Amino acid sequence: MTTKKKPATTRITIPHVSRIEGHATITIKLDEAGQVDDAQFHVTQIRGFEKFVEGRPYYEMPSITARICGICPVSHLLASSKACDSIMAVRIPEAAAKLRELLHCAQFTQSHALSFFHLSAPDLLLGMDSDPAKRNVVGLLEAAPETLRDGIALRKFGQQVIEGLAGERIHPSWTVAGGVNAALEPKVREKSLAEWPAAMAIVKRTLALWKKTLDRFPDEIESFSNFATMYCGLVGPDGSLRLYDGKLRFVGADGSIVADQVHPDDYASFIGEAARPDSYLKAPYFKPAGYPEGIYRVGPLARLNVADRCGTPGADAELDEYRGRLGRIVQSGFHYHYARLVEIVYALERMRELLDDPAILGPKVRAQAGVNNLEGTGVIEAPRGTLIHHYKVDDNGAMTWSNLIVATGHNNLAISRGVLQVAQRFVKGVKIQEGALNRVSALVRAYDPCLSCSTHAMGRVPVVLRLEGPDGEMLDELA
Amino acid sequence: MDKVKIGTCWLDGCSGCHMSLLDMDEDIVAVLEKAEIVFGPLVDAQEWPEGVDVAVIEGAVSSQDDLKLARTARARSKLVVALGDCAVTGNVPSMRNGIPVRRLLERVYVEGATAEPGVPTDGVPSLLKRAEPLHAAIKVDLHVPGCPPKPDAIKQVLGDLLEGREPDIESRLRFG
Repeated sequence: MTTKKKPATTRITIPHVSRIEGHATITIKLDEAGQVDDAQFHVTQIRGFEKFVEGRPYYEMPSITARICGICPVSHLLASSKACDSIMAVRIPEAAAKLRELLHCAQFTQSHALSFFHLSAPDLLLGMDSDPAKRNVVGLLEAAPETLRDGIALRKFGQQVIEGLAGERIHPSWTVAGGVNAALEPKVREKSLAEWPAAMAIVKRTLALWKKTLDRFPDEIESFSNFATMYCGLVGPDGSLRLYDGKLRFVGADGSIVADQVHPDDYASFIGEAARPDSYLKAPYFKPAGYPEGIYRVGPLARLNVADRCGTPGADAELDEYRGRLGRIVQSGFHYHYARLVEIVYALERMRELLDDPAILGPKVRAQAGVNNLEGTGVIEAPRGTLIHHYKVDDNGAMTWSNLIVATGHNNLAISRGVLQVAQRFVKGVKIQEGALNRVSALVRAYDPCLSCSTHAMGRVPVVLRLEGPDGEMLDELA
Repeated sequence: MDKVKIGTCWLDGCSGCHMSLLDMDEDIVAVLEKAEIVFGPLVDAQEWPEGVDVAVIEGAVSSQDDLKLARTARARSKLVVALGDCAVTGNVPSMRNGIPVRRLLERVYVEGATAEPGVPTDGVPSLLKRAEPLHAAIKVDLHVPGCPPKPDAIKQVLGDLLEGREPDIESRLRFG
């Protein structure tokens, strides 16, 4: 985002970006001619996990960092457990690795369902300009009850698999340094397999609905972060999509591979973090390109750009159709929604493969060891994108330093620039139109930003839209 | 009969208590039919409205924004429920309380930056010295502990309140 100093401008603020997982404020600045000149995306809280965990035993980190986020606690549990595995210098048992991946697939299902159905479907199915008092799950209940019930059922399926495996839906203590703390019970496997077809049917229905609906949003497709960036995500040795374990790949805006098979331990050679004066959310950038030129995106859209294939048949068929329709590299942030649905197909298919694998019932699920490395890094693909936990400990295993880079952080620059682009397209003159405000918020929603996560270090993000005149006077406020 | 007006928000927390509320699954539909959600992460209201019957607040009070929202919610709501351990005790957010705010911020934004280091000050609220439980900031009528509280406990509380009963959650109380 530009930081150029200009004469005082008009400023619009969205004080409370709604239907996102957290709190954000947006300021839009107009020039003297009333044209949108600049925009700021403020994340407004900091919690300080990286500092306050110093001195804690490393094996407490999964439980503590799960509390960064109640939407995707499993992401933090897994990234943290992997960093702990590395500190212990263990290769966890096969069944444990498969169980962790299964848990992760269940989380993708529930988290993506929440984003699509509970948060964004009111915009997508009721309309960006529909009555704001009804543009929510209650309105959905009236206008499209089957779709809302599908969303509730799909989220429930994912949460129930998590509960079956880990004992609890939110902040379970099952995932630990060295593996997991209990083997899979056959009855949980049977139940999950029995309920699986209904979940897949919901995703198929929803994809069919979305493919029919998509073309109603030409202006949004054109203006929701529709610009060139790099993309980052985990891939396997064959370049296919990976969620739980893999190596980092960065591709350019044209799809060319810029860096590939980067070991998670080497992330800091490729990813830098810039502080920003106007947000508690730092802005990661691709280090070799510098800041802010090294803008890149993560999450569903980025993963489908980065990976050669998904690697499961149904998801690959959907990916072919997605690419046939939108191109090999999909640039508009509006298509995060479509990419998210394709990824649910992958997560469910991968879940099925894992459940069908006899090795998943193996009784050995936890490696025991003490501190064998004084540093460890764990990287996974969280639903919203690449998640990095990096720890240093002393000989006793007490934490001495940590760095956490969360998915929404990576997208910070792209969301900020996207807010500017969508504001330039829809905000006209000094009187704020509700539909314009909602589109700016909807752009943010497309990224499904998790401001609980991103504010592990920072905080929450209410979006405020404030319009200020050339001398800084408040012209209008939607609050 | 007018629907019961419910507002919900999360302050310094992880949203897990709100997720536990959604973990009522299809039973949430019955709540939506009896209650009107007038503020919260799932609806588009920009400001906590007047005349709310029940305020459900997750998270500790950690920043100037948190304090402002908690006070507004209190002033405009008949009954305030502190939902979850962060709101009830301060929990994980209060782990920072032994560290001076400036040191915390410098660790993250100066030592923790590879470009343009500096503590943000433009358009972001300042942190309070300590992250405190909700009752340290405003009067709380009902405490529902848990990290997060189980969906059943939340269902019971909301069900009782929607029916006009005093919530009986003795049997469902648990911390952690």
